[in-house]
Amino acid sequence: MDWKQVWEIISAPDNVPIVAMIPLLAFYIYLAWRQAKANDSLIEQLEADPALAKTHHRKAWPFKPGWQKEVHVWPFLLRVEFLAAIIVTIILMIWSITLNAPLEEPANPNLTMNPAKAPWYFLGLQEMLVYFDPWIAGVVMPTLIIFGLMVIPYIDTNPLGAGYYTWKQRKFAIGTFLFGFIVLWVSMITIGTFIRGPGWQWFWPGQTWDHNRLIYEVNIDLPDFVNRYLPSSLNITSNLAKSIFGAVVVGSFFIVGGLVVHALFRRYNPKNYKRMSLLQYSILMVFFITMIGLPIKMLLRLAFHIKYVWITPWFNV
Amino acid sequence: MPEEKNSNGKNGKSTGLVDTIKTGVKEDFESLKTDLPAKAKESLETLKSPTKTQVYTSIFRHKHDDTPRNRALGVLSNVFLHLHPAKINRDSVRYSYTWGMGGITFYLFLVLTFTGTLLMFYYHPSKVQAFRDVLYLEHDVPFGRLLRNMHRWAAHLMVIAVELHMFRVFLTGSYKKPREFNWNVGVILLVLTLLLSFTGYLLPDDQLGFWAVTVGTNMARATPLLGHEGPFSNYLNMTPYNDVRFGLLGGSIVDANALLRSYIWHCIGIPIIASIFMVLHFWRVRKDGGISGPAQVILDSEVKEARK
Repeated sequence: MDWKQVWEIISAPDNVPIVAMIPLLAFYIYLAWRQAKANDSLIEQLEADPALAKTHHRKAWPFKPGWQKEVHVWPFLLRVEFLAAIIVTIILMIWSITLNAPLEEPANPNLTMNPAKAPWYFLGLQEMLVYFDPWIAGVVMPTLIIFGLMVIPYIDTNPLGAGYYTWKQRKFAIGTFLFGFIVLWVSMITIGTFIRGPGWQWFWPGQTWDHNRLIYEVNIDLPDFVNRYLPSSLNITSNLAKSIFGAVVVGSFFIVGGLVVHALFRRYNPKNYKRMSLLQYSILMVFFITMIGLPIKMLLRLAFHIKYVWITPWFNV
Repeated sequence: MPEEKNSNGKNGKSTGLVDTIKTGVKEDFESLKTDLPAKAKESLETLKSPTKTQVYTSIFRHKHDDTPRNRALGVLSNVFLHLHPAKINRDSVRYSYTWGMGGITFYLFLVLTFTGTLLMFYYHPSKVQAFRDVLYLEHDVPFGRLLRNMHRWAAHLMVIAVELHMFRVFLTGSYKKPREFNWNVGVILLVLTLLLSFTGYLLPDDQLGFWAVTVGTNMARATPLLGHEGPFSNYLNMTPYNDVRFGLLGGSIVDANALLRSYIWHCIGIPIIASIFMVLHFWRVRKDGGISGPAQVILDSEVKEARK
């Protein structure tokens, strides 16, 4: 265990934000989970007792007699905002006094930084470069993330859970978002920040960053991988056959994945399924299955050393 | 010569010029003796209640007594506060619901504008000067290091706050009808925040920024159709000298033009675009019915299905 290395990574000034973000995120997930639990048990109670559901007891913090339903913004909201501004200022002041912003040597195009890392919030995308070609990781994926976020309000047809925390009423939506935000976005950033060392190689926490380390990692393409297990007469050798094979694999991933998701979604989310138009449903499918494809490609790469699935003269996936 | 008019009235008794002046001055002194103390007393009286002065009432358009009406007017008649409603649901002020992240993001934007403007006084976006200016800031400018640190950390904090804000809005389902459009404005603001932070990364002109931006913009090489290494780009005859990366950097490598371009995007271009979207975002928050909750829970059995 090389504690010095661990400390060097954690205390690198530009890594501090992500070090701070992880406990912050844990705290806010806890805060949201606690409120969701309270609301869910209230929902259960109201569903079991239709008479109670007709009363005004519809919030986890029930209204107490004598309270005003509405309060003046001045001072009741403004004092909270003012306090928040003061607290943020104090945090920022202390942070700025105790920790200096990084400044390396002057820019030198002839001296490559190793590892050359993007700012922490883009490290998830940089980590994707390991698994995908730059045109996917750097261009297609950010575009898909942006558009994927933008279509959310238009494909989520569930009218429940607007304006309060809940888990039971929105399992699919919240589960998908947690998967995308926590499992993909945040943990990719964490890997990019803490695990990736010189040469963008995998270093476990506590492993010394060895700038001379060489890894003899032979990555092969999926057709060649499959060839190992096929009799030689059936081997996929020509470029045309490989590109057709890849197209079939990627296509069938979307078709089979789509069918599986369809079977599950129809069964466990019947009301939302019924509400969705064909357009909404197909957009959901495309984004959802593409998102699922991400960790699958990562697994193929990390566990089976597979570089490309689909090889064409123009692009490789 | 026309007869001089008598200033002392009708009796026709003419007085000399000296007398006229004498009585006039006497009268002036008399008036000073009586009027000055009276006016001084009056002024002292108004000092006791400054809120009634013309200056005060011209600035503040309503009284400050602690009445519900004045509390509401204090918000509604103030240009900085009027985006707030006069009254809100008592649960909405609970920190646990909103986490305050949207407001904190906006506050950090203000902090960044302030510290950034101060930094601009000391910074030249040129290859010769940029790095030296940062060194000068750190070692010679009074509070220069604190200024730079605050700008840096506020930027990182803003990225965190934006992401947490989006997380909260998702978890509370606040993007649902009628707030779909405002969620989209928010997504654009998230992208603009990341771009603001990224364009600022290059400005110290050190190894860290240089290589981060090199790595970042190298991805633009691979843009389908528009980057010279991207798929299908040969159909548009893309080279390193006419592709989308060239447009971003103003050259084929990260150099003086890239520094100037990211400076202008960072200090002028993106802040203005982001401000416009922020105005829209805040305005829509109000128009869509204020913050979304905490709302009363809805039961599955109560949902009325739209007829098809």
